[in-house]
Amino acid sequence: MVGIIDYGVGNLFSLRSSFGAIGEEAFVSGGPEQLAAADRLVLPGVGAFGDAANKLHQSGLDRFVREQAAAGKPLLGICLGMQLLFEKSFEYGEHEGLGLLKGRVIPMEGRLPAGLKIPHMGWNRLEVRSGRLLQAMDGKYVYFVHSYFADGCDDSLAAVTEYGVPITAAVERGNVFGCQFHPEKSGSVGLSILRAFCSM
Amino acid sequence: MITKRIIPCLDVRDGRVVKGTNFQGLRDVSSPVELGKFYSDNGADELVFYDITASAEGRRLFTDILTQVASTIFIPLTVGGGINTVEDFDRVLKCGADKVSVNSGAIRDPNLVRDAARLYGDQCVVLSADVKRVNGEFRVFAKGGREDTGMEAISWIKRCVANGAGEVVLNSIDTDGVKQGFDLEMLEAVSNAVEVPVIASGGAGCKGDFITLFKTLPKVDAGLAASIFHFGQVQIPDLKQTLRDNNILVRL
Repeated sequence: MVGIIDYGVGNLFSLRSSFGAIGEEAFVSGGPEQLAAADRLVLPGVGAFGDAANKLHQSGLDRFVREQAAAGKPLLGICLGMQLLFEKSFEYGEHEGLGLLKGRVIPMEGRLPAGLKIPHMGWNRLEVRSGRLLQAMDGKYVYFVHSYFADGCDDSLAAVTEYGVPITAAVERGNVFGCQFHPEKSGSVGLSILRAFCSM
Repeated sequence: MITKRIIPCLDVRDGRVVKGTNFQGLRDVSSPVELGKFYSDNGADELVFYDITASAEGRRLFTDILTQVASTIFIPLTVGGGINTVEDFDRVLKCGADKVSVNSGAIRDPNLVRDAARLYGDQCVVLSADVKRVNGEFRVFAKGGREDTGMEAISWIKRCVANGAGEVVLNSIDTDGVKQGFDLEMLEAVSNAVEVPVIASGGAGCKGDFITLFKTLPKVDAGLAASIFHFGQVQIPDLKQTLRDNNILVRL
């Protein structure tokens, strides 16, 4: 059973439906007791890093997520949820993340060749580097929407995508997984990735 | 690198897709849920659902349908039609829409784009502009293209983007329904004026029109059409293969 962590950020409708589509039971909750009963956890998120990090902290879910990850429960961060796995972000100031993975989140602005639009929005191709989650996904297209990206995360880098420069597309270290793209919006490829997560 | 997107648009009235369709193997071609799933399974990169219902009851029906569509389709979903307030954004986002398209609502309330972008992020707000040539200038039209607002289109679109519209669907009234190709002149003017993705709409009649669009205007990000897809004149997988054969990057 998949617990989708609800901390008041973003729309969890599609995410829950997509687990339903692959026959996995999933529930949305902001309560540590309920979430602790799940076999695996998903940390979603859209919007601004600082705001999301604050909400996680205020609800005490930051501590809960760290404990669960340390205990070995599979954890998948999606989009902003992936970015939150890192030590810090430089989105509008400087903010602390969960620190589960080494690295930082930085703006695309000023780091892409001229003429590339920000946000990086649309279907882009995975170049898989390592890890278990995306084993069969090299060369597949997935859907991205983001203006910031993870940097300095060589020890967890699982896949990149090319947008003028290589952009971190997925990370993985032990039982902690992260996708910068939206598997729940990436068609059958995305559903296969969620299925793979459910076998971790 | 990001692919060019191919986007079918489904007009929905009272819970049914309008415009005839001739798909094989679909039980009910007027069912937004079945047709949406068909497109999603057959290469569409995104779907646009447009509510053209006038009544409150029709709107409730649309909301129900939307929820069903969103729970069966796992590609980005844009919803438009009757979006006049931030509450309308909230209503369709809660049903599972990823982006919301505003047209007349943004003309009526100049603050709508800004307010929605602040609440939901720029990437969520799509400006849909109906534009037509009048006395040698591009004009914005309201109410489904029936009413000339008198506003010059390029500056209006730029203003909306500055306020937070994260994407622009440019529908040329001059080429809409003519099926002689997209309005390249108008699209060029808009894609040179803004830095956000521009989606071409109006005028596609065959596969060649999409090739011409992306070859002539590499800055245009996507092509949107309705009837040529609904009537099966152009099959999306076939269109995308042809685009790829012409060295245009697509997801296949």
